[in-house]
Amino acid sequence: MSNILEVSNLTKTYSSGSKSLTVLSDISFTIQSGDKLSIVGSSGSGKTTLLGLCAGLDRATSGSVILNGISLDKLNEDERAYVRNQHVGFVFQNFQLLPTLTAVENIMVPMELRREKGIRKKALELLDRVGLAERHDHYPTQLSGGEQQRISIARAFSNNPQILFADEPTGNLDEETSEKIEHLLFELNRESGTTLVLVTHDLDLAKKTDRIIKLKGGMVLHPSDQLATENG
Amino acid sequence: MDKKISIPNQKVAWQWVFLMAWRDARKSRSRLFLFISSIVIGIAALVAINSFSDNLQSDINSQANELLGADLELASNDSSFRYPVIEEMSHEVSYENSFASMIFFPKNQESRLVDVRALEGAFPYYGKIETEPADAEATFRDGTRKALVDQSVLVQYNVGIGDSIRIGRVLFKIEGSLISSPSQSIGATLVTPAVYIPMAYLKETELIQKGSRVYYRRFYKFNDPPADFNIDDQIRTDSDSLRAARISSETIRERKEETGDTFEDLADFLNLVAFVALLLGCVGVASAVHIYIKEKIRLVAILRCLGASGRDAFYIYLSQIGAIGLIGSILGAIVGTFIQTVLPRVFADFLPVDVTFSLSCPSILGGVLTGLFVSILFALSPLIAVRRASPLITLRGIQESGKRKIDKAQWLIYGFIFLFIVGFAFIQIGSIRDSLIFTLFIGLAFGFLAGIAKIIMWLVKRFFPDSWSYVWRQSLANLHRPNNQTLVLISSIGLGTALITTLYFIQALLINEVEITTNNDRPNLMIFDIQSHQVDAINTKATERGLPILQSVPIVTMRLSSVNGITYKQVLEDTSINMRGGMFRREWRVTYRDSIIASEELTSGTLKMLESRSEELNEKYKDIVLVSLEEDYVERNNLKLMDTLVWDVQGVPITTQLGSTRKIDWQMVQTNFLALFPTEVLEQAPQFHVLITRVKSTEEGALFQRDIVKEFPNVSVIDVGLILNTIDDILDKIAFVIRFMALFSIITGLLVLISSVILSKFQRIKESVLLRTMGGSRKQILSINSLEYFFLGSLASLSGILLAMLGSWGLAYYSFNSTFVPNILPIITVYLIITCLTIIIGLFNSRGIISKPPLEVLRNEIQ
Repeated sequence: MSNILEVSNLTKTYSSGSKSLTVLSDISFTIQSGDKLSIVGSSGSGKTTLLGLCAGLDRATSGSVILNGISLDKLNEDERAYVRNQHVGFVFQNFQLLPTLTAVENIMVPMELRREKGIRKKALELLDRVGLAERHDHYPTQLSGGEQQRISIARAFSNNPQILFADEPTGNLDEETSEKIEHLLFELNRESGTTLVLVTHDLDLAKKTDRIIKLKGGMVLHPSDQLATENG
Repeated sequence: MDKKISIPNQKVAWQWVFLMAWRDARKSRSRLFLFISSIVIGIAALVAINSFSDNLQSDINSQANELLGADLELASNDSSFRYPVIEEMSHEVSYENSFASMIFFPKNQESRLVDVRALEGAFPYYGKIETEPADAEATFRDGTRKALVDQSVLVQYNVGIGDSIRIGRVLFKIEGSLISSPSQSIGATLVTPAVYIPMAYLKETELIQKGSRVYYRRFYKFNDPPADFNIDDQIRTDSDSLRAARISSETIRERKEETGDTFEDLADFLNLVAFVALLLGCVGVASAVHIYIKEKIRLVAILRCLGASGRDAFYIYLSQIGAIGLIGSILGAIVGTFIQTVLPRVFADFLPVDVTFSLSCPSILGGVLTGLFVSILFALSPLIAVRRASPLITLRGIQESGKRKIDKAQWLIYGFIFLFIVGFAFIQIGSIRDSLIFTLFIGLAFGFLAGIAKIIMWLVKRFFPDSWSYVWRQSLANLHRPNNQTLVLISSIGLGTALITTLYFIQALLINEVEITTNNDRPNLMIFDIQSHQVDAINTKATERGLPILQSVPIVTMRLSSVNGITYKQVLEDTSINMRGGMFRREWRVTYRDSIIASEELTSGTLKMLESRSEELNEKYKDIVLVSLEEDYVERNNLKLMDTLVWDVQGVPITTQLGSTRKIDWQMVQTNFLALFPTEVLEQAPQFHVLITRVKSTEEGALFQRDIVKEFPNVSVIDVGLILNTIDDILDKIAFVIRFMALFSIITGLLVLISSVILSKFQRIKESVLLRTMGGSRKQILSINSLEYFFLGSLASLSGILLAMLGSWGLAYYSFNSTFVPNILPIITVYLIITCLTIIIGLFNSRGIISKPPLEVLRNEIQ
């Protein structure tokens, strides 16, 4: 299998005046197509920063990210947006649905951006797949947190992404809803054969992936294979 | 295995952009409309003024003949003037001899200075003299002693149709009240209202004597002029000879252009006032869009995450603003069309023709396009932030605050705004220099207000009163914390306040100026046209009544024949002579004395030839007559000391030398003269006298006038009190128009205030709800909000007042040559009204946050 994501010597430093803060230091790893990977660590360990860099939402200070063979650090923001639209799906901790769009319209947006045809039917099918067909014309404010996250998952899969980034997908949900969302996420992932990169501080959730990268102070704490074996 | 990618060069997916714009606007429609409402009034004002002036112009064109009442008007101070070319043509002619004189009302024994117009002929040939009753215009010409008297005089002296007036020695019956006439100009009739009498009785009045100042007008109507005859061409051909003969002329085309120009100037000025209202609205749009886009940044970040380009996101909001701007402009055009119907009543006192109502498509289209253009132009500055929204906001919640590059597009937009304001002003004013000055002042005003806002925020932050109670600290801190409204509200409300207050200050200043000239010990009654033999008798009458003789001066009328040997004819014929013709055309009214008076200051030379010890020199120069002229007049006409001036004193040439120059304070109520002769030169010339005195009351003045006019019907009396009343009336009428125009700014200011406050509600809502969640009482939140709006309202109104005071001071000092002393009462009134309005509107819009459960508010409003 080919590598879908290659991260090499990735460093991210924030500067403010004369001060600088390194939040990620010399991170390297690869993920093969179809793999499931967790990035775990405590608050401030750099998990979300790493996800942002891998998904092309931000630029690294040094090092490189190659996503599906495309070197992201050489692209400008609009080019990276294009790459995201073509190859990437997102699930966020706080759902990030467009508040002024209905459920079905939210799911349609990535497909609309790809200028696909017949997208409403596909969006309704996805909505049905996540169990919310009857709520298609509801706005996000009219939905519960769990429902919003299901819409968000449906949207993430709407453009058939090669890789899905999920940032604490159950972080804002209760235990019961979290389980349902986890189940849905893994099931859709399996069905579509998408690569999954999961950021979480929930070790139980992380254990459900193939590999775990543990971050502390911006550095990889344990070799991922070793941690997986330990958990194994 | 690094793959090269290239984004397909896709065109903007407009369909999707519009779809997203519409989807996004569904939940923001009321707010979008709210900020665009700021421009509705400005556009309405522009459309109303432009449509009205279009209507007026076309009415002036269609009623052009009636403006003059004849094909040609000729006028001169000489009764025997001739224009052979015209006289040889087949024509009808009417004569009008006009002069200032007192009329006497036997009914109530009062008298008044008027412009008597003795009319002979069928004038006007086009249009009519408007009278009440309407047929009085015809019946007063039936050969009996009848007069048409200006309607204002009838009202003022409580006399009516059928009553009598005495002019000189003749008693006339008032046949009708004069409403308007083609030959009377609007301004002149306010000071000396017109009274028409038949020419046949002019001689009987015995008012016309040698030296009387009479203006002779002739009105011509041509019967079947040759096809190739054009009166304007003819006048142009003969212009030099007409000027040499001191004949003035006016044709229909000239009257039409002159009237059109006057009202075009007025329309341009009103358009600028409307434009200021529009600019005020634009500030509202810019600030509202700024807040709106700030709230939408998270949404843009999500779209960016999902693959939308910065350009797509930008177009989504640009099309939203464009669409709502178009709707606002159309609404403005509709409102403006309705306002247009009111304008003929607003300008009723100044209109030369009957204005009809018709839709003006160019004005409406122009208004709509202007509205669309300004809403987009002023929204662009905050809108371009959308292009730079980082998708990282979806993860972090806030935009990374790294080093911000200066956005070139931002400067480009500022440049366009500058060009737009200069361009718009240029279209109205027609002078690039004045347009730049106008733009500079607008920029300075905004800069001043923005500067004050920044300073206040800095001061509050720097000297924050930590010891104050929580409610005070919280509300004060809201002035400088993120998402504050300080800059926006101080700029918009401040500018509105400044405009309104300046208008008030200037009106008060003008009225005050007039009052100063007439108060206390100043002269307030002028009697002129006194014959030499009447001087002593009138002076005695004044003394008997205990009235002071403040001035009693002789006046001699004359003309200038040559300057250093150069005559008017030579000036006209030889263009290389750098001399103004006006000096020769003017009928000079000159006095003689050997000293200067209080209103004068000798700036160069001497009034009288100095005595020399040499008898020989004294003898040599004893015949030299030294005259004195006003300093500015000497400069304007390139004269210099010892120039030789030859005067024609009613047929007798008198050679003089320019001996001195004087500075004259024309504002003082007394006789002032451009030219002053020494004594022992003009004593024997035909002359009349002016007596200036001061009466203590209107009644005393009326009694004295009655006494004088009865015995000496040829004299004229100017009651300064009466003039003051007239000026008051005129100022009131002008003030009404200005207030009407200021209304647009006031309403726009209020709309900007309302939209700013409502939008600021969304800024403060989250923390108000958090405060409530943490146990903050309704009273505490209400107090915090009230105090914040109190601070904002106070600071905005005070900044505006300060700006108005600076502006008024500048205008008073540079334009009116006067001292500006602000009146404290209107300042307090404006401050209280603006501050209270801000608090009331602010609290009215915050009531939802206070009365509803926190969660409901969060669910409904935060998204």
